[in-house]
Amino acid sequence: MSIDIYQENILDHYENPRNFGHLKKADAIAHDANPLCGDVFDIEMRFEKNKLKEIMFSGHGCAISTASASMLSEKIKNLSVNQIKKTEKKDVLKMLGIELSHVRLKCALLPLKVMKLAIYDYLNKKQ
Amino acid sequence: MYDVKKIREDFPILKRKIHGKNLVYLDNAATTQKPKQVLDAWQNYYCEHNANIHRGVHQLSQEASDMYDDAHKKVGKFINAKSPEQETIFVRNATEGINLVAYSWAMHELKPGDEILSTVMEHHANIVPWQFVKEKGITVKHVNINDDGTLDLEDMKEKLSNKTKLVTCVQSSNVVGTINDVKEIGKIAHDNRALFFVDGAQSVPHMPVDVRKINCDFLGFSGHKMLAPMGTGALYGKKELLEKMPPFLGGGDMIREVKLEKSTWNDLPWKFEAGTPDVAGGVAFSTAIDYLNKLGMDNVRKHEKELLKYGLDKFSEIEKIDIYGPKNPEIRGGLITFNLEGIHPHDVAGILDSEYGVAIRSGHHCAQPLTERLGQKSTCRASFYIYNTKEEIDILIEGLKKVKGVFGK
Repeated sequence: MSIDIYQENILDHYENPRNFGHLKKADAIAHDANPLCGDVFDIEMRFEKNKLKEIMFSGHGCAISTASASMLSEKIKNLSVNQIKKTEKKDVLKMLGIELSHVRLKCALLPLKVMKLAIYDYLNKKQ
Repeated sequence: MYDVKKIREDFPILKRKIHGKNLVYLDNAATTQKPKQVLDAWQNYYCEHNANIHRGVHQLSQEASDMYDDAHKKVGKFINAKSPEQETIFVRNATEGINLVAYSWAMHELKPGDEILSTVMEHHANIVPWQFVKEKGITVKHVNINDDGTLDLEDMKEKLSNKTKLVTCVQSSNVVGTINDVKEIGKIAHDNRALFFVDGAQSVPHMPVDVRKINCDFLGFSGHKMLAPMGTGALYGKKELLEKMPPFLGGGDMIREVKLEKSTWNDLPWKFEAGTPDVAGGVAFSTAIDYLNKLGMDNVRKHEKELLKYGLDKFSEIEKIDIYGPKNPEIRGGLITFNLEGIHPHDVAGILDSEYGVAIRSGHHCAQPLTERLGQKSTCRASFYIYNTKEEIDILIEGLKKVKGVFGK
């Protein structure tokens, strides 16, 4: 990893995270942490007709994980449950547009993991 | 004092390049690097003396057994144990030593309603095993710390009760750096008719520790934090206590006689060392002790205090930085745990690594309750040892200024 990962857009999303906070009413919630470095995220989602209408995230993370959470929250809004389920590591990396070491990859992927946990929470509750 | 430049030549890894820069290793509280004398001793054991111990009458077995027994004596003498060989049990690390006491002493001796008094500044190794013991109906209380990271002794006296059977605390904190007055705390414990277990993982490697002066009942420490290989460590226990305790693990070498229905136990310390041990590790541990004795533990502590004073002074040049723990070097171990405001420790450590070859730690440092008590989610930690220099601290400071630059702070 070099200092190049701290691109302007990454720093912008870190300092001004989009969709950061809490929902008044959530259809699904999820929480996870990475004890290696102390990143921890909560995701709250609200759906309408099986599409993600609102998403908010909270927690504490490094620049990479926070930027990833912020960017992902914008990317998956208005997508269907199935489309979100299909989002993968390569989509996150393309979205971030930076080269990451093995350790930093975990940071980048943690928000996606928690968002998918929230999706499963939603699907469980539906049943 | 010793010649740091000369010492550094004994450590092969210090010549390594990290991303093209000289390695600046400041993560010694996590593990220390090894001098070639220790590495040679380990290799020499396998090249010249290797055999299984305590059971063979052939020459190699005699040699290996003598080397292993002598290693116990050497480690026991290092902490001034009264019966160095019998009171020094070799374990894989301090964590295993604490688990040994939790299983062999606490699980057997304590009754429902009994209490253990610990502190909020403990490493997970000195928290989790006592949580296992809780399942027997035992209450575990935690002494709070003051805002400067020192133990709140008033809180300790309040939480002590006539049900307290064990008091335990760290001698030197791996996060806030606080050096606790374990002699005083031991007296409080004993006056209350409780036993006293000291977690010496960050103290024994860094300063003179005398178990008889402290009068602790148990002391655990890790070899890998004091120049010895990973997988080495020791638990000290007073002979009278160890003799009454049942074994920890069962198997070979810890027995005297075995019938199908039951067995009798070997003498100390072997009663607590089951199966084929890491003899090479033990020999290397003993060599590490020789290395430290040659420097003199007073000098080891003196060198770290100098680095600490220099580091704290340099850190004060940086704006918007929070430093945790007492500022007085007399009651502080050689580490600086800090946060740069608004910048996540993982980013700090990442940039220091990739741009400067500096290794610090970021996260909870295996002390999540303490991190929470400090009001933080995670912190950065630079920890020093015998081979670190003021020049390395200068590089760390330069790196921190660069980190602030990247984030525009």
